[in-house]
Amino acid sequence: MIRIANGQGFWGDWLEAPVRLVEQGPIDYLALDYLAEITMSILQKQKEADPNLGYARDFPPLIARIQRRLIEREVKVIANAGGVNPIACAREVLRLAPSLKVAVVTGDNVFGRLDEFLAAGHAMKNMDTGEPLSAIRDRILSANAYIGAFPLAEALALGADVVIAGRCTDTALSLAPMIHRFGWKPEEWDKLAAGTIAGHIVECGAQSTGGNCQVDWQNIPDFANIGYPIIEADHEGRFSITKHEGTGGRVSADIVKEQLLYELGDPKNYIMPDCVADFTSIQLKDSGPDRVQVSGIRGAARPEMLKLSIAYSYGWKAIGTLVYSAPQALEKSKAADRIVRERLRQLGLKFEEIYTEFFGVNACHGPVAVPNPDPPEVQLRIGVRGQDRKAVDRFTRELIPLVLSGPPTGTGFGEGRPQAREVVAYWPALIPRELIQTSVQVVE
Amino acid sequence: MKIPLARIAHARSGDKGDTSNIGIIAFDARHYPLLVREVTSERVKHFFGEMVRGEVERYELPNLGALNFLLHEALGGGGTLSLRIDAQGKTLGAALLRMEIDVAQEELG
Repeated sequence: MIRIANGQGFWGDWLEAPVRLVEQGPIDYLALDYLAEITMSILQKQKEADPNLGYARDFPPLIARIQRRLIEREVKVIANAGGVNPIACAREVLRLAPSLKVAVVTGDNVFGRLDEFLAAGHAMKNMDTGEPLSAIRDRILSANAYIGAFPLAEALALGADVVIAGRCTDTALSLAPMIHRFGWKPEEWDKLAAGTIAGHIVECGAQSTGGNCQVDWQNIPDFANIGYPIIEADHEGRFSITKHEGTGGRVSADIVKEQLLYELGDPKNYIMPDCVADFTSIQLKDSGPDRVQVSGIRGAARPEMLKLSIAYSYGWKAIGTLVYSAPQALEKSKAADRIVRERLRQLGLKFEEIYTEFFGVNACHGPVAVPNPDPPEVQLRIGVRGQDRKAVDRFTRELIPLVLSGPPTGTGFGEGRPQAREVVAYWPALIPRELIQTSVQVVE
Repeated sequence: MKIPLARIAHARSGDKGDTSNIGIIAFDARHYPLLVREVTSERVKHFFGEMVRGEVERYELPNLGALNFLLHEALGGGGTLSLRIDAQGKTLGAALLRMEIDVAQEELG
């Protein structure tokens, strides 16, 4: 049996979580997920500004902080912290923690190969819209293939203490130690599917240990000290989800079910680089305090195509807010919205979309929100999006004047006018897997 | 009688681009057939009204006593394009739990 913990559900997750996982109980592997779809484009820009950047900068100081424990307790780290520059990330880790053995996985970054792919006839059509990639070729900011767990397992086999990848799948971080330790082969679809589903359960950190849970949330103990999830897996692909004793949160079948369904598409076809997992085969039961046992998982053959994560510059957006108090807070907010829209119209500004929400009334639940006839205050929230930065910039000046020139009780403008922000959009596409060659190296 | 879905089920929701996914899970596996009967794609689409511009798809997971809904074109463009405060649809599961379903007392057991 091996124990694989997830200590980071996204870049920006709780900094103490991975430290506590190595301090508060036994684990063998620590998986850390840093990448969201858009993160790669931000990192690509950082690398263009400084060739030594382009990775998750929180990661090297974390490794420095836990390095002694990693060695004492023989815990190996697997992270996709490498972003678009895994080797620079590895060098920074080695500078701060020189006694660790660090390996990197590369080959996912295809930013420099897109023209080669296009020339070979791969249209890389947008999986949502069907448009060919050529439509946005000159606006692309980053491009990466989602790679699977086998190269990460190869890095572990080299004896690495820390494995740094770029755009591998989130689930691969947890599957890799199982492949490495149990010697699973590429055609063992059921086992690979089990490891993939284990990875899916823990990839969002504390969402599988009581975070964001709708069942009895008021009585889930000690969120402040919530324990992050741990997979205890055996060589047959059976596993349990648990957390360290004495930590906050809760692990129950209800909670694991919620997380299984999180960001799920077709449950019979959960397509990953290493296999296709069938969520309708999962059997789970509460098997002890804060412990859920998972079994029965079936899988099918891996896909012929790998998914590409491409980011491109789309346009600009800005979101501005003002607050109106009772009485008639909603009516005042609606009047202010009409004034802003009329002024934008008079200026002749064109936007792809102008979107208004009344925060405190309908922002989250839209038309199905429970009506509140006289809310004590309402935040008017207007957003615009378009290709023309100047128009978006002009919009940012149109809200605050209403405090003096519109309906009464306008306030809440203390943060100043909103900022126009670049919109980087995501372009999902497919590429034949044989075009993606990964390589693994120990960085000295 | 009419009861809110929240009486027999819990939920979690998230996003994939402009598609919101909502998982609805029966507290008690015996109530799963009620979910299958009452919480159809059509009713979910109707419940959210203008919020969901595309189709609603439903998948069944009897092993978990759960249904998975995909609400297409439901997040104002999704991801970074969306101008909504809940661009990831994280609150839509809670919203759906307020939908009323029609069940007989004896079916609740």
